[in-house]
Amino acid sequence: MVKVLFFARLRQQLGMGEITLEDFSGSLSELRKTLCEQHPDWSPHLQRDDIRMALNQELAETGAQVKAGDEVAFFPPVTGG
Amino acid sequence: MKLHFSRRLPAVSGANMKAVDRIEVCETPLDVAAEYTALQGNSGDGACALFVGSVRDFNAGSDVCGLALEHYPGMTEKSLQQIINDARDRWSLGRVTIVHRVGPMQINDEIVFVGVTSPHRQAAFAACQYIMDRLKTEAPFWKREAVADEFGKPSERWVEARASDAAEMEKWSAG
Repeated sequence: MVKVLFFARLRQQLGMGEITLEDFSGSLSELRKTLCEQHPDWSPHLQRDDIRMALNQELAETGAQVKAGDEVAFFPPVTGG
Repeated sequence: MKLHFSRRLPAVSGANMKAVDRIEVCETPLDVAAEYTALQGNSGDGACALFVGSVRDFNAGSDVCGLALEHYPGMTEKSLQQIINDARDRWSLGRVTIVHRVGPMQINDEIVFVGVTSPHRQAAFAACQYIMDRLKTEAPFWKREAVADEFGKPSERWVEARASDAAEMEKWSAG
């Protein structure tokens, strides 16, 4: 099981902050593709170039490998400070 | 009579005593004076640089009446710790404090406090700026503004990231 989190504007656009994927293994970009296949209306939001990804609470690139038990997050560019 | 001498524990070196990190994400107002006192008190360092960021009343062409900050609990703290660790690799620092507020806020409320002590001002200034530049581009916080239109009608909008913040960060990698 992989826990997937969404934050800020993206969370509002997708209408949820958390979803779990059973039996997923592959890269972050494959995980994003899987989510967009399951929820076609997410694609324009989730596939935006500026969406950042984190794997186990650290910023990660699209090629990073995801395994069972991992926590993945998608979010817009950060605006703290 | 037999005297027993216990061996003294090795003294903790001054450098270790001083290298204290404080990271806090809080929903309550920041107490800047208390943070400064805790930071500088007994640090032994001659220099202390502080940055405080506050909620401004104007952004992107409209009146801002309030602000709410969302974050990614867990990743936020890890990210801030990594930023401090990287700053310590670059400069000789004493104490480092980052306090960031989340949740709803009013105009003029302090959002972020960064404080750095060092034996020398150059390191304190540079590290303080470096920490803020990294925080602005990496730490998972998001601002949502409450704005009022010309008729005073309220609405909400997510604050957009600025290219200028990314450019400031780039300068550190180039240097």
